[in-house]
Amino acid sequence: MEDMLFYDRMQFAFTITFHYLFPQLTMGLSLIIVYFKGKYLVTKVEKYNDAAKFWMKIFALNFAMGVVTGIPMEFQFGTNWAKFSELTGGIIGQTLAMEGMFSFFLESSFLGLFLFGEKLLGHKLHFVTGFLVFLGSWASGFLIIATHSWMQHPVGYEILENGKFVLNNFSALFSNPWLVPSYLHNQLASVITASFVVAGIGAFYLLNKKHSEFGKLFVKTGVVFGLISSVLVAFPTGDWTAKNVVKYQPVTFAAMEGIFETEEGGSEIVLIGQPNMLEKKLDNKVAVPNILSFLTYQKFDAEIKGLNEFDEKDYPTNVPGLYYAYHIMVGLGTIFIGLMFIANIQLYRKKLYKTKWVLWSLLFLLPFPYIANTTGWYTSELGRQPWLVYNLLRTADGASPTVSAGNTLFTLLGFIGLYLLLGLLFLMLVGKIINKGPQFVKH
Amino acid sequence: MELFWYIVLMTMLAVYLILDGYDFGAGIIHLFMAKTEAQKKAITNAIGPFWDANEVWLIAAGGVLFFAFPTLYASSFSGFYLPLIMILWLLIFRAIGLELRGQVHNKMWEIIWDKAFGIASLLLALFFGVALGNVVRGVNLGNVVNGVSTQEAHYFFLPLWNPTFSPQAEELGIIDWFTLLLGIVGVVALTIHGANWIIFKTNSDLNEKLKRTVFNLNFVLLGLVIISLLVWHFIEPNPFANFIDYPWLWVFPLITLTGLFGLFKIRSFKNDGKGFVFSSLFLFGGLTSTVSSIFPKVLPSTNFVNPSLTLYNVAADEYGLSVGLSWFIVALFLVIVYMIIQYRVFKGKMDDVGYGDH
Repeated sequence: MEDMLFYDRMQFAFTITFHYLFPQLTMGLSLIIVYFKGKYLVTKVEKYNDAAKFWMKIFALNFAMGVVTGIPMEFQFGTNWAKFSELTGGIIGQTLAMEGMFSFFLESSFLGLFLFGEKLLGHKLHFVTGFLVFLGSWASGFLIIATHSWMQHPVGYEILENGKFVLNNFSALFSNPWLVPSYLHNQLASVITASFVVAGIGAFYLLNKKHSEFGKLFVKTGVVFGLISSVLVAFPTGDWTAKNVVKYQPVTFAAMEGIFETEEGGSEIVLIGQPNMLEKKLDNKVAVPNILSFLTYQKFDAEIKGLNEFDEKDYPTNVPGLYYAYHIMVGLGTIFIGLMFIANIQLYRKKLYKTKWVLWSLLFLLPFPYIANTTGWYTSELGRQPWLVYNLLRTADGASPTVSAGNTLFTLLGFIGLYLLLGLLFLMLVGKIINKGPQFVKH
Repeated sequence: MELFWYIVLMTMLAVYLILDGYDFGAGIIHLFMAKTEAQKKAITNAIGPFWDANEVWLIAAGGVLFFAFPTLYASSFSGFYLPLIMILWLLIFRAIGLELRGQVHNKMWEIIWDKAFGIASLLLALFFGVALGNVVRGVNLGNVVNGVSTQEAHYFFLPLWNPTFSPQAEELGIIDWFTLLLGIVGVVALTIHGANWIIFKTNSDLNEKLKRTVFNLNFVLLGLVIISLLVWHFIEPNPFANFIDYPWLWVFPLITLTGLFGLFKIRSFKNDGKGFVFSSLFLFGGLTSTVSSIFPKVLPSTNFVNPSLTLYNVAADEYGLSVGLSWFIVALFLVIVYMIIQYRVFKGKMDDVGYGDH
């Protein structure tokens, strides 16, 4: 039984982690493409249209990867988490079915028009199709986070005698206090990924002295979007999200901050340290006193519950994993703000395109928003464990009863092999597009 | 309310079958009949802007199944675990075959992705036919062994096959001679359907040959349909019971026959879209006739211990189903608008759309 659960969890974790590498760029990049296309419509400067076209090529490939790796996610609720689906399908099925009906149709119908329809439609309608693709992808994010929010903080339900969760208030799914902060936090994080990708490729062109005109445009656009989104992702949206955790999941909050003991007179904020679950303490700790209490409650002496106050069976299943995921996300977020701040100062002083070390940093940091997004989701998901539906349904009670460990391992290995291939192909083809670069189309 | 969502779900599946069906069929034609680069190009142009939206019907139908009939979703997806995951892998291969082929201009690269696209399309057509066969035949709900359930009454698990390949064996498998027969029906029917789409949407020099192929394959299809009907009673002793009780249901088999016999006149059609209409009728009629014959069952039980799953014992609660109606109507209206826009922009022949050019 333990094996079954382990492979079910690994398969979901692996496939969702790989899948989300793509939508996080899709959502943010669609915004930036709409910006380029809109700017072209206003200014009629050809380079903006060419920029939009260049990013559309990468977008198309990325979107296709997102689609093909996304379908297995919807299937896996039923294949690997049948008990969970049976018990909660009447509720989370609503938001997931809405995602299919409202966003996937919108995205897929207009993506074809957006990619192949510029000549047929003219620039204005082409802009509209781009905007609709953007709208569809952001609606998709909203409905997924609505589903996620219900699992983190269940609302609008009752539980029948046979254990089934039944919806009794549809609008509660959307007024869930967990939803809006998480959604905004997540969408901004996705804009960060896109900003770093756009700025990083721009920096690559500038450092390479190829396509310099576009290099400048990409760096400039990337760092402006990047600064706005990196600041907003921390404050206010990250702050709101954390306050939800402390309010509704105090044990998770203690684990992710690495607070083993409740401290009199306020808790310190841990910067570095390794959770030692054997002795229930943090090894090699570097911390700043009282700051966590201040950040959480705006009072330096506010009490924050440590892990010692909770029953061990309700601890997040993987406390060190949760702690590291959270700290990596926050650490990277801080670096993003710093770099984007410096880049914008240089931009303002009109020195950015010549400041080599900033360009190199933009290039090297390109992969890191992916790590920050992934660890951010791990913080959320590991933080919810050992529950599927927080405080109501344990993960161990949600897996498919008839699918044996051997079958799940078989499909997990298959997914690993297939996704490895997909990843290689994707990198190769994106590399090819980047290498070829945007073109000034002759008119 | 359950009945309403059942009709919605079946309609969505039928739409999916007709729309993505032509993609699969086009893939099979691509695999076996397209020889020149121009012919291949014509085929991918004819499905390129559509396949993604077509596949969304599967995802959306899955979503409706999940929310309206969660017990059926949970039971069937975990019970048919292996084939479903393999369908996912095939869908991935088909999609990347289509999308990646044009990204690199290299003979070997093109051969690999042409084959991936074609073979995945062929196997998907086969698997979907096999899937329908499994639903008709039923499964050992509760995994009953010697008259005792070893699982909860609505759960089961099927291996890919059993040693005898018999649909009447005590230990069933996904693939037996009956489900395989329906799989072959699926392949032939979708090949015809895909050929009709290509004739409809392109000016390819392949079209005249495709009309002959459709004509010939239609005989094969007719033969397969007759064989299937003859052996059907091994699976279900009285397949026409519902049709006797509710004579209006005969409209579905009639639609099937109209589609089937209409296609024999393919060589004299003036309008290139006409063949596609007839093969769509066949697919729609075939699916609806089959599910009508087992109604209200949605997954029959092959043992006498546990009852079959019916649309009434797998549905979500009343409130959820009613509240779902309000957003569904809005969404459906939007979907129809999108489809009209999409098919208007890409109306007529699509040889010049330039799908996959980089």
